[in-house]
Amino acid sequence: MDVAIVGVGLHPFGRFGDRTGIDMGAIAIRRALADAGVEWRDIQFAFAGSYEIDNPDAVVALLGLTGIPFTNVYNGCATAASVLALAADTIRLGEHDLGLAVGMDKHLPGAFSSDPRLYACPSWYGELGHFLTPKFFGMKINRYMHDHGISARTLARVAAKNYRNGALNPNAFRRKPLSEEEILGSRMLNHPLTQYMFCSPDEGAAAVVLCRADQAHRYTDKPIYLRASVVRTRRLGAFEVHSPWLPIEETAGPTVDASRAAFEKAGIGPDDVGVIQLQDTDAGAEVIHLAENGFCADGDQEALVAEGALEIGGRLPVNTDGGLIANGEPIGASGLRQVHEVVLQLRGQAGDRQVPGRPKVGYTQLYGAPGVAGVSILSI
Amino acid sequence: MDRVPVAKGVFTWPADPRLIGSRCAACAIVTFPVQDSCPRCAATEMAEHLLPRRGRLWAWTTQEFPPPSPPYAGPTGAAFVPYGVGYVELGEVRVETRLTRTEGLRIGMDMELVLIPFRTDDDGNEVVTFAFRPVDGPGASM
Repeated sequence: MDVAIVGVGLHPFGRFGDRTGIDMGAIAIRRALADAGVEWRDIQFAFAGSYEIDNPDAVVALLGLTGIPFTNVYNGCATAASVLALAADTIRLGEHDLGLAVGMDKHLPGAFSSDPRLYACPSWYGELGHFLTPKFFGMKINRYMHDHGISARTLARVAAKNYRNGALNPNAFRRKPLSEEEILGSRMLNHPLTQYMFCSPDEGAAAVVLCRADQAHRYTDKPIYLRASVVRTRRLGAFEVHSPWLPIEETAGPTVDASRAAFEKAGIGPDDVGVIQLQDTDAGAEVIHLAENGFCADGDQEALVAEGALEIGGRLPVNTDGGLIANGEPIGASGLRQVHEVVLQLRGQAGDRQVPGRPKVGYTQLYGAPGVAGVSILSI
Repeated sequence: MDRVPVAKGVFTWPADPRLIGSRCAACAIVTFPVQDSCPRCAATEMAEHLLPRRGRLWAWTTQEFPPPSPPYAGPTGAAFVPYGVGYVELGEVRVETRLTRTEGLRIGMDMELVLIPFRTDDDGNEVVTFAFRPVDGPGASM
């Protein structure tokens, strides 16, 4: 059973005062339902993702208590990809015909924190200050730059591109373009990554209505097909966040594993993809993920970025809505924001951000703690 | 004022400091710190294994803002001093560690284990942690 996306909805990402995460989730759901032309009572099942909200399914209090199976999911930074994969699998298995995937979150400012013991790390690891994601990203890109000849200028160009794209996106958190010099000159947080090279935790929600592909034309004349949705976790030897030690033998990370599996399932190759959403927790992550997802060889990013290949009009448009750098990261919603953007791009509805030449295939990737990745491939 | 280690069982103390890892009796992988089961072959016989004092810097960055407390227990606010963080390759394992410097760090440079003051606890004890410093240069020491 193939799966189609027939509706998408977004609550803008940013800071919204007293508005609760559940309220934002309800707004995103109503927009997705309206986009699909269906009512809440038509929805047969749902999955919801959140980090901060214990029971995001409580959103039914705002939409209608219809008794549907509604399952809450938290899976690190790949939460929203997991929500989408589970919702799609429910349809693929023939369990239901029409369902919903939603993500919502409302984080406090500042780096994410937790009790290291909950991650199978010792207490002293946190006491010493090691239980922190930004410095992992600093080490990973610093090592990558050493191995593959990537410059700090390239990191600044990637961040500047994402702020520029965010300025074109009315739903983005950061809508002010920043120059490469401002980015390079902002406060150093974790060498070589400066403040403006990082995304921030924030607030927002996104929702997607999915159905059996053979029923999609009941709802839309522009169905977008979900060709693959894959989640993978780290194998021993991958260089991962929250690792007090690593073995000498090195292994590809979960992004590489998820990407290869997704391309194989979809029967599509990287050359066919016309619009790309990558996890840009920081500018370095976007650079690394371009290669980890098979869009270039390690080291090619230096020339690709300089020639503008990652721009909306380039041959590998990446993070056309500004990515995490311009939208921030409400963990539960982030991956569905990526899907929202790809769906608009494939429908030709992305306005000022529209990739020229009408892309036919789109790609999304999430990655984060504690070493989990999610990849989705979509096509017209 | 007494000196106490940040946790028991992380490094030998006080004389001849070495990091305490473990080795799997079945597949011989080395972990740090000690763990009860093997992350490679899932065997449950792990023996204590002391790591070499010297190694090479494999990856590094700087920590230029205070990590969120908790879990971070070190100095914050005006008392916070930026520090280096990295992985040092110690024979059969790469260990994540504080570095005594934020400047002059190079991948591949020779590093050695030192114990450095980390914070003062509620009882007035000086809490000591492990760190690595470049072999050829000045760094913090006890």
